[in-house]
Amino acid sequence: MSLAFKQETFRDDYTFRNSPEAIRRFPFPFPEDQYMYSVNIEPHTAGPKGAVTEFTLDVDEHYVAECRDKAITLEQDPGRCASLPHMMDAEWDFLEFTMESLARDYPEQFNLSKNGKEWTWVNRPLGLEQSFVFGDAATLPMGPFEYMGRQVQGDFVLLDQREDTLFADAGIVTSQADWSLAFNVGMSWHEWHGPVPQVTKLGVMDRALKFLMSLQQANPVRRLNWTMTINPRLDTSPENYPLWGGDRNKVNEQNAGELAHLRVELQTLFRMPRSNAIVFSIRCYLISMEEMATYPRWAKRFHRVLRDLHPDLVEYKGITKYQQAVVAWLSRFDDGADIGIGTQPE
Amino acid sequence: MSQLQVKVAAIDDVSAGVRHFTLVDAHGGELPAFSGGSHIVVTMPAPGRTYRNAYSLLSSPENRAHYEIAVHRQPQSRGGSIYMHEQVKVGSVLDISYPVNLFALSRVAKHHLLIAGGIGITPFMAQIHDLERLGGDYSLHYGFRSREHAAFADALKARVSQRAVCYDESLGQRMDFEALLRAQPLGTHVYACGPQGMVEALVSTARGLGWPEHHIHSEQFLAPPVGEPFTLKLSKSELEITVQGDMSMLEAMEAAGVDAPSLCRGGACGRCELEVLGTDGELQHHDHYLSDADKASGRKIMPCVSRAKCGYLELNL
Repeated sequence: MSLAFKQETFRDDYTFRNSPEAIRRFPFPFPEDQYMYSVNIEPHTAGPKGAVTEFTLDVDEHYVAECRDKAITLEQDPGRCASLPHMMDAEWDFLEFTMESLARDYPEQFNLSKNGKEWTWVNRPLGLEQSFVFGDAATLPMGPFEYMGRQVQGDFVLLDQREDTLFADAGIVTSQADWSLAFNVGMSWHEWHGPVPQVTKLGVMDRALKFLMSLQQANPVRRLNWTMTINPRLDTSPENYPLWGGDRNKVNEQNAGELAHLRVELQTLFRMPRSNAIVFSIRCYLISMEEMATYPRWAKRFHRVLRDLHPDLVEYKGITKYQQAVVAWLSRFDDGADIGIGTQPE
Repeated sequence: MSQLQVKVAAIDDVSAGVRHFTLVDAHGGELPAFSGGSHIVVTMPAPGRTYRNAYSLLSSPENRAHYEIAVHRQPQSRGGSIYMHEQVKVGSVLDISYPVNLFALSRVAKHHLLIAGGIGITPFMAQIHDLERLGGDYSLHYGFRSREHAAFADALKARVSQRAVCYDESLGQRMDFEALLRAQPLGTHVYACGPQGMVEALVSTARGLGWPEHHIHSEQFLAPPVGEPFTLKLSKSELEITVQGDMSMLEAMEAAGVDAPSLCRGGACGRCELEVLGTDGELQHHDHYLSDADKASGRKIMPCVSRAKCGYLELNL
């Protein structure tokens, strides 16, 4: 498969745009007009062709630009990558998992050759070639987790399983929807999910934890989560709130189509073999309201979801300031017709 | 669930009643790496019924050329261990699950105290590979009935003689759990695997000495006990299934083509938990997963090892 990588930015002049093909494959998350938080975990089975779930890890037209944006964020704040000392086995598991997945699914872009423990990795889009000894971190320019975490789109958290729960004991997090790795590293499952509204009474987190504790190798799972972001900005971290928080006051009924973006997270979870850790991958897909409205079925659906969203979720997702402006912008597409169940575009 | 297909490459008798199987990938490739303490579930297609038993992997987790398991022929076997001993030959092909670890070493422990009884030595055989590789601080205490029951004792002596202490019961050698636990440094995790009585005694001694619950690890795979037949009603599937006395509810559901969730099949992992809607008798819980309060509530059951003494039991599936 040939991939044309775009030159674009996710900060300052915000030149990020989706091609028509990228819009077509956008992981639109709303099968119904009403949204309520749920576990919505399903097997991460490969396919269909062209979808963001076609392969284990999705590489798309934004790959090079996203990796560059990640490097900028890490340079400004090295604390966005952290790993506790007992996670070294999990780091190597992560390196092997990402290298093998990319080389298998995108052979034109990536190559991995092994001679016993002597491995050579080639990343053509980023122009990297690295020979190293698997298991010997001194043969890499940085820790194995950071090395490959910089070469895959999205954020990654490594979860250590002990004491009947999961601990977020390593992470590389540069495109998060307003949560902090520095704050969350080392936390247990219920600690880091503490702020999510409307879920304690549903028992959602207990059931999800129980499910993930018995996650098996070769049987990964996924779910979609979503929020909104003003401007196509990946780094909406609390640390950099002054750089993006104010943009939320600039949205009005006229510019909402351009400024407001639906931010969908494809969350996937994989059991690692040597460490028994779980890789939690959070891949962010952005789409502006204008891009979304090229498929009016999606604009209708999102208009209804956003208009009727539970006030607690409006607050939690940080949408309060511009919810009405976006609803007003989207309303022109909504004739009120029944569009049935399903996330597909026209 | 994804499965692996393996071929039996070698069979050895390692001690009285214990057979050691070496398994290679049936298609000639590498097997997945795993972490010490993992088990696999072996599917045994016996005539008329299928057995699925969990066995700990005892080979080095880094060795992806083959897996090793050891199977103790259970005197009161329902058929699984007898099948492994009598039907499985060199060259036999078996379906196994990917490795699952319900007995993982804590990676934040300061010291690891490993307590094995009899065939319970198997998960530790793999764990000490991981501990040696990671430079972990540990000691292994291994009790067995007599020399002829001492599976792998010579191999352990050769590999890690400084770390391993053996106890031959026939010579009057016994572990003193209380003395052993009292002598451990702060931050020690204890791991027990072996006969039920040994594991329960170790766990209750540790609790009695005030050990933190999360520092006490144990693993026992239970075989489903034999009981009386009864009728299983599945409300969502609108099915009625007869559970024979020597079958578990899970096996009966699978034989009827019901897609029931399961993982370890030995009452340990919790994956197969089902909601009880009603019964005209009493539940017989045998698992290690549900809390005493859950068991007393009569609302939950683990169909892999538990059953009911009743005419019918209705589940929400």
